[in-house]
Amino acid sequence: MIEPVVLLALALVLSLTAYALSGGADYGGGLWDLLATGATAERQRATIAHAIGPVWEANHVWLIVAIVIVFTGFPRAFAAASIFLHLPLLLVLVGIVLRGSAFVFRAYGPDDPRHERFWGRVFAIASTATPLGLGVIIGAVTEGRLPSSPEGSFTAVYLAPWLTPFSLAVGAFALTLFAYLAAVYLTLEAGDGEERDAFRRRGLMSGLVVGGLAALVLWLAQPDVRIALLASPWAVPLHVATGATAIAALMFLWIERYQLARMAAASQVAFILWGWALAQYPYAIRPHLTLAAASAPANVQILLLQVLGVGAVVLLPSLLYLFGIFGPRGRPDTGAVSQSEPPL
Amino acid sequence: MDLVYARWQMGLSLAFHIIFAVIGMAMPVMMVAAEVAWLRTRRREYFELATRWARGTAILFAVGAVSGTVLSFELGLLWPRFMAFAGPIIGMPFSLEGFAFFLEAIFLGLYLYGWQKLRPGAHLFAGVMVSIAGALSGAFVVTANAWMNTPTGFRLGDGRILDVDPFAAMFNPAAGAQVVHMLLAAYAAVGVAVAGLHARFLLRHPAAAFHRRACAIALTVAVPASLLQPLSGDWAGRVVARTQLAKFAALEGHFVTQPYAPLRIGGLPDAEARETRYALEVPGGLSLLAHGDPSAPVSGLNDFPRELWPPVTVVHPAFQIMVAIGTWLAGLAVWATMLWWRKSLFESRRFLKAAMLSTPLGFVALEAGWMVTELGRQPWIVQGVMKTADAVTPMPKLLLPFVLFTVIYTGLAIVVIALIRRTVLETTPRGAHG
Repeated sequence: MIEPVVLLALALVLSLTAYALSGGADYGGGLWDLLATGATAERQRATIAHAIGPVWEANHVWLIVAIVIVFTGFPRAFAAASIFLHLPLLLVLVGIVLRGSAFVFRAYGPDDPRHERFWGRVFAIASTATPLGLGVIIGAVTEGRLPSSPEGSFTAVYLAPWLTPFSLAVGAFALTLFAYLAAVYLTLEAGDGEERDAFRRRGLMSGLVVGGLAALVLWLAQPDVRIALLASPWAVPLHVATGATAIAALMFLWIERYQLARMAAASQVAFILWGWALAQYPYAIRPHLTLAAASAPANVQILLLQVLGVGAVVLLPSLLYLFGIFGPRGRPDTGAVSQSEPPL
Repeated sequence: MDLVYARWQMGLSLAFHIIFAVIGMAMPVMMVAAEVAWLRTRRREYFELATRWARGTAILFAVGAVSGTVLSFELGLLWPRFMAFAGPIIGMPFSLEGFAFFLEAIFLGLYLYGWQKLRPGAHLFAGVMVSIAGALSGAFVVTANAWMNTPTGFRLGDGRILDVDPFAAMFNPAAGAQVVHMLLAAYAAVGVAVAGLHARFLLRHPAAAFHRRACAIALTVAVPASLLQPLSGDWAGRVVARTQLAKFAALEGHFVTQPYAPLRIGGLPDAEARETRYALEVPGGLSLLAHGDPSAPVSGLNDFPRELWPPVTVVHPAFQIMVAIGTWLAGLAVWATMLWWRKSLFESRRFLKAAMLSTPLGFVALEAGWMVTELGRQPWIVQGVMKTADAVTPMPKLLLPFVLFTVIYTGLAIVVIALIRRTVLETTPRGAHG
């Protein structure tokens, strides 16, 4: 019988995986909006907006599910992260608020190019800042510089735990990973070949940067983290799987097999996340707080698992329906609610 | 000082979010009603209404979703010690709310972007799901707040929580009354506001079919909610009278424990002099309302140590404002029903003027009501268990995030108002004045 702590940690990792694969790619889309250049720039922006429009709010809820699992199931970890990582969490929150608001302000605003440009810019910048913050937070709970008590100077307690080369590198890694995922997804959303090729090139480029940043993250990691990432029994098969899917994704992009590229890239991101989760186990926050020590009473964890199970039964068919309707092959009808002719 | 900033930031975030949250609950109901009317009558105005309200919902729901995310993180950022303690106990309603919110977001996506992609029945179903999930997520969150007022479902033993029963916590004594009061408030506030906005157009263009239909749908939502709200308020009040004696005394401006306690209408409490001046007093009224017996004694604030008093000078006036508005809206609902009975709902300019002037009142009452319940619980964050001052984060410099969110939320409020005016209200629909 697996302990509820482990099962709940697994549920958390699955929620984070779903968030990375869906919400993460939405942020990546924002970065490509910011970086859109060339003849197809405006078409790229429109494609990104169309791809994100119907699904970003649902995708965002994975983060809420994750946070609820943390504060219900691992309340002491939530409290500790909230105290010592207040500032990067603040960055993430501001990013979330501005990204979502700016997106709807642009989508439902008046047809005024200045209005669209301004909110498009806010959307793109906020989409870029948020994954940086999320990555920094993951980096900080992994690196293990969080103090065990809030005694000390402001810098020591509220800046030093996360303002480190390692955490910043993880932030950059998360941003690049999401951008890479978005570029690969967008090859399937693009309206024409020219635009598709633009996303393809972006996917190839960012895929290579992901590899470089992964090496940088490993190089900057503390010895015990590096050992956990590289030397544990599960590490070799996972690294092989990550490497294989990474190479496969780049190869499929190169030969323009976009469906396969998408599958490979999504698997690659999931493997990376699981590799991190296994390296982090049994800690919630290194080095003071294990999952067991951070846990809520066992009966609460069991009940939460049951609720998550029942919830999934309602949720997954609805999600499949949503993505079935608006998946890459089924783009939302242009203009959606702004169209003035009644459907018949 | 940091405690003050933390409280201001929390208050600001709640006050901001609640507006979008209730709109996210009530607008989809009207949007669905308009779509049903469109499918049945095939009148263009109904389609126009459904799409416009959908457009408004899209903007307002998004801001509600992101500001709600802020709140769920702020619980930890500002009150980590509260969450370390209460997380396992009140996590259940938050988990359920997570799923309800998920369904809301999924089906809203389908609704907004699926006018052409979905068959009419499926599209309508998506709207119905948004409405149901919206009400459910509101209800779940309110049970968590009710737990802070009447904490149950756990035991304290040597500084640890024991015997946690998440469902007992969720179905705490205040949950039922608070949930019903909040849901009705949402439908009343939004319904009245929308009816009022369209009444403004009807005063200028009395024959405009578009605005008549809009106003009628909004009133269909607002009238029953406004009529039921005083009853649910009475229920909520009696729960408070039984479970939170200091809060009850503060919201009534009641200092001296006595039988035949008077109901005070209006009045300004003076905490130093320990009396409420300038109130219209109904002898025995408070005892009657609180306990169903005019001779029943009602505890006054004097029974409690001064440091356990809620800020009575704010709580009592806020409560009076809420009750006054609730009473007025119930009266407006009776008036609307009478006019509708006589088939002259839109003939009465006086009614339309009253409706127009009432546009913001439901929201004012909503904010006042949240001030009553949150300030009225102070100095506790969990009634009788944990003080707000003991829950606050040790992080200093909380002025910075407070100012940051004030600036962001002020900016967003301005943009949202401008956008709603431009995209939902001002564009004249085709055939609107015919």
